[in-house]
Amino acid sequence: MTPAPSPQALQAPLVVEFPFTRSLGPVQSAFLTGLRTRTVLGVRTTDGRVLVPPVEYDPVTAGELSELVEVAPTGTVTTWAWNPSPRRGQPLSTPFAWVLVRLDGAHTALLHALDAPGPEAVRTGMRVRIRWAGERGGAITDIACFEPYEGPEGGEAVPHSGEFADPVTGIVAPARLDYTYAPGRAQSRYLRALADRTTYGERCPSCRKVYVPPRGACPTCGIAPDEQVEVGPRGTVTTFCIVNIKARNLDIDVPYVYAHIALDGADLALHARIGGIPYDEVRMGLRVEPVWSEDGRYPDHYRPTGEPDADYDTYKELL
Amino acid sequence: MREVAIVAFGQSDHRRDTAETSEVEMVMPVLHQVLDATGLRAGEIDFTCSGSCDYLAGRAFSFTMTLDGVGAWPPIAESHVEMDGAWALYEAWTRLLTGEAETALVYSYGKSSPGDLREVLTRQLDPYYVAPLWPDSVALAALQAQALLDEGDTDQRALAGVAVRSRTAAEDNPHAQLAGSPPPEALLDEPYLVRPLRRHDCPPVGDGAAAVVLAAGDTARRLCRRPAWIRGMDHRTEAHGLGVRDLTRSPSTRLAAERAGAFEAPVDLAELHAPFTSQELILRRALRLGEDVRVNPSGGALAANPMMAAGLIRLGEAAAAIHRGAADRALAHATSGPCLQQNLVAVLEGDAS
Repeated sequence: MTPAPSPQALQAPLVVEFPFTRSLGPVQSAFLTGLRTRTVLGVRTTDGRVLVPPVEYDPVTAGELSELVEVAPTGTVTTWAWNPSPRRGQPLSTPFAWVLVRLDGAHTALLHALDAPGPEAVRTGMRVRIRWAGERGGAITDIACFEPYEGPEGGEAVPHSGEFADPVTGIVAPARLDYTYAPGRAQSRYLRALADRTTYGERCPSCRKVYVPPRGACPTCGIAPDEQVEVGPRGTVTTFCIVNIKARNLDIDVPYVYAHIALDGADLALHARIGGIPYDEVRMGLRVEPVWSEDGRYPDHYRPTGEPDADYDTYKELL
Repeated sequence: MREVAIVAFGQSDHRRDTAETSEVEMVMPVLHQVLDATGLRAGEIDFTCSGSCDYLAGRAFSFTMTLDGVGAWPPIAESHVEMDGAWALYEAWTRLLTGEAETALVYSYGKSSPGDLREVLTRQLDPYYVAPLWPDSVALAALQAQALLDEGDTDQRALAGVAVRSRTAAEDNPHAQLAGSPPPEALLDEPYLVRPLRRHDCPPVGDGAAAVVLAAGDTARRLCRRPAWIRGMDHRTEAHGLGVRDLTRSPSTRLAAERAGAFEAPVDLAELHAPFTSQELILRRALRLGEDVRVNPSGGALAANPMMAAGLIRLGEAAAAIHRGAADRALAHATSGPCLQQNLVAVLEGDAS
């Protein structure tokens, strides 16, 4: 028995980036379209309060809201926090205050940034006004930030139809998160061995099954496999499918075959592409071997070995 | 109503970075802790429920990888919440109340180390009006803290006192990520992280896991010498918009506590999930906790705040105190979201010995 060594775990950068595309309800649509034309809309609740930013449903009664009103672009800071080191995506790139601002005519507060020279210049109760973004497309970022304001107070909210030409009906919010992915002990061992063109499975001490690729736990016994077992390199196609959809960023012609392959000595099939054979000649029981990637770190695909097909009984438990 | 108790609790050592282990490698030893404590085997559990978050892992359906650790094949009765494990416990509790299960395994975990937690947490915010501004979790807590300070009933010295008390208590907690603290005066000399919060007002960022076993009636008595009976549990949420709320109050915590029966008799211990110092003061007021109640002898979330597990750990720590006879009636609280957005309260009791 070979005890599993614990080499340095692998790590790699992982970027998750996606545009969040969302449709808007009628109140949200009116609010964001209003910002595009430097108009701030709120919505009146059944008990007469004006919510800015406005929502589709009453936070207290859950009733649908639709009575739009216009409020002033000036307001009062209700609380604040000084951000000395702005982060990616935040409204200002120089130190600023996060603020909740109750606009004149509104009963609730809006979260945004306040451009101020330093924390000494900010206090709860201070008067501010909206600084509009130069380019506006119907988003909360049409408000560039707030800025200190000494002028007169805005009045009561006034009714507004909420009707605009070419209303905004959705938003696209890009999001990007950066990670350092670490696959852990078992997968690090597996990936390191692959770079030496060796495939290791790991055996469960209880049920004796050999898992390939190993993931650190036996899914039947709920314990960690403790023995490394070399498997393959040859294996048997247990089942397969023919792919007719071209994957983005993947330089492989369709149709191609994607298969479950039980490597010799493994108790679980892994999946990989089959090459070196016309797609309509791939079959269950086909014997295959790995073709290593150019940098030799992993099998790029599997190809037929030329051996006779495996007998169904040898792999029927691995389907 | 059927009696249901927490009969075992386990947790990992909480650390800043656990890059050497995958999620399942981190979780499995904790699962074995609670299974060993009850003498149950993975396949003998009637219902399994877990809590975790794909945004922490940076991959979809990340919870399926840890399911291997509970021996989920052949298929088991299992569920998952994309929330703190306290809510997984709530689901398991209701399952046991229906009589469909005698035992349940609840676990949760979070590795914050792969990503930038303050950025990751912005993605849970209102996607229309708030998330596009990328306000990070410390900034939002700072807005809440400033509102509390403006109210005038507390000051930054009192907030520092919460940090000192929590991290001093954590010296007795071998699992804590942060233990021990300079005195408040020294803490107040440190620079602000996001004013009015300094680093000591904020929880450590780290990785960790926790698990509990629930059991009903006589099964609980068989598995545990002194079960921590769940007398009541409820969870409530605040209005969605931050600017709609009075950030100095937590009416959802008050309501959940009322519905959980927390005010029907005094408690002798409270485990509060208050990641930021100011939030402990808000919760104490909402829960009407007097100075005679021990709060967070574990050190609380200021000593270790593994995302998705820190709430479940509050329930687990309160239960463990009852198991060992260190408490008779305990309150456990868990929170989720920005500025105490959503809150869960449970009341646990031990039998008179």
